[in-house]
Amino acid sequence: MTNALQAGQKLRVDTPARRAMRRFTRHRLAMLGLGVLLILVALAVLAPAVAPHSPTKQELSLYRKPPNQDHWLGTDTFGRDVFTRLIYAGRVSLSVGLVAVGIYETIAILLGAVAGYYGSKVDWVIMRAVDVVMTIPTMIVIIFLVSILGPSMYNSMLAIGIMGWPEPTRLVRGQILSLREMDYVTAARSLGLPTYRIILRHVLPGVVAPLVVHATFGVAGAILLEAGLSFLGLGVPPPTPSWGNMMSSAQTLNILERVPWLWVPPGIAIMLSVLSINFIGDGLRDALDPRGMETG
Amino acid sequence: MTKYIIQRVLVSIPIFFGITVIVYALYALAPGDPLAMLLGERAMLEMTAEEIEAARESLGLNDPWHERYVAWFSRAIRGDLGYPLTGGYTVMELLQQRIGPTLLLMATAFVVSLLVGVPMGIVMALKQYSWIDYLVTVLAFAQLSIPSFFLALGAMYVFSLKLDVFPTSGLQTIGEPFSLWDRIHHLIMPSFILAAYFAGVWARYTRSSMLETMHLEFVTTARAKGLRERVVVVRHALRNALLPMITVASLSLGHLLGGSIIIETIFQWPGLGMLGWQATLNREYPILMGIILIASTTVLASNLLADILYAVVDPRIRYN
Repeated sequence: MTNALQAGQKLRVDTPARRAMRRFTRHRLAMLGLGVLLILVALAVLAPAVAPHSPTKQELSLYRKPPNQDHWLGTDTFGRDVFTRLIYAGRVSLSVGLVAVGIYETIAILLGAVAGYYGSKVDWVIMRAVDVVMTIPTMIVIIFLVSILGPSMYNSMLAIGIMGWPEPTRLVRGQILSLREMDYVTAARSLGLPTYRIILRHVLPGVVAPLVVHATFGVAGAILLEAGLSFLGLGVPPPTPSWGNMMSSAQTLNILERVPWLWVPPGIAIMLSVLSINFIGDGLRDALDPRGMETG
Repeated sequence: MTKYIIQRVLVSIPIFFGITVIVYALYALAPGDPLAMLLGERAMLEMTAEEIEAARESLGLNDPWHERYVAWFSRAIRGDLGYPLTGGYTVMELLQQRIGPTLLLMATAFVVSLLVGVPMGIVMALKQYSWIDYLVTVLAFAQLSIPSFFLALGAMYVFSLKLDVFPTSGLQTIGEPFSLWDRIHHLIMPSFILAAYFAGVWARYTRSSMLETMHLEFVTTARAKGLRERVVVVRHALRNALLPMITVASLSLGHLLGGSIIIETIFQWPGLGMLGWQATLNREYPILMGIILIASTTVLASNLLADILYAVVDPRIRYN
């Protein structure tokens, strides 16, 4: 870049992408969120190398030891290192969030595009399906689904993924409907550009931006949902640690009062990651759509 | 206006049928033999194959799925949601017993969340990009990001176990007669914690809606007329900014109910959420079906009501 400028050959073009990037990097909370999230992701990815102990090995002599030099966040009822489990749990929680959102955004792109493109009867049916699923309280159906399928990490992803698609489907459909009528799309069409090019270059980018924002907030929401499910014992089953199931023992007053190192660290971990992702989502929204969008 | 209302009601009908189909499909997906659920495993062991077959036939369990759906639907619409495995109550009676505490919890949480969230949003919008905007934004995001059960555990730890100012669980003090103060005392922690998330939603929503409205021409006109800023903000901007909130509020009903599952379970609040949780543990699917059906129908009705209300207060809607 600097070389090009020094040579004076290339004019610095202010593309929309570059402008968006600049707006994003100026968003202080988003940058803070990105920093924290990168640390959490790095810890999760590098867990086997970073974690000081084994996440599942039981050491009954270390029953509920408070935080000390060897075990920074203490040990749990089975003598396992809480800090180690916290890091490993990050892998589970973050990947459930990502995969669940991946599932429902994929459904949303397909259904939304079909509804927006074909219109009429197909559109009517899809949009009524959206209305139906939006009317049903999500959390109860997810609990119902997980109890039918049995608690596991994959079933949590699936249940959250199955229930999340209505909102983004509406979003995709709405974007496609309004973009189809845009002057620049008409212009592209009258210039004789092939349809695939119009869709790829002119319609899709307009859909992607709000969808990325929605998906970012979605990951935060999915992490919260998974944590809630695991806390209730319906999500990721032990001994695999997840932030939610690490806290479920605190439902007894004895542990709540006397062993706070069992439930406070995972609670903070959930909050930190969800907060960071929400900040990033807010930054992305400001960066990608300066006119402002509906708040999530 | 009448035409608009009729139109909205007509659209709700297929949605209602869609809800019942999904509820029934969930039930059909559930593992386990419905006959065994009805009679008990032990009773079935004592029956001959012919007797089992006859029982199936008489209960209509051998009919094709769409006939079974129609049979279930025609019973459900008359309020017959079946019997749970344990206890002497029908599902409908159980729901009637439990809906009161849930409504109390949800309504309180809803009011609290509005009283906290809307002023937060107004402050942020009026002081946009100031330090106070940042501070309240961070607070609102924190409310959206903290898991309700973590907040509940934290509040219990501080207010019940350490300070001993609020009870940890239940609807009222056990062994004491009902008193209003006792009920409020038990209600405060669960309702405020349920409200926290929604206060964050309202705050974010009010902020962006206010910012949008403040730039509209009628607000400029109001200022140009020489009205005091307070009047401009409250009577002109805020009123119009809060209009779309009717829709958002009605959509939040389902989320409130979803949130009450965890809150009611932690605080042992005997409402629909706790009932649903117990039903899940015991695999009492008719109860879960009943809860989903009641909850979805309520959300559907409130969305319909919100649409109509919105058209009443905003004439632009009904002429579209």
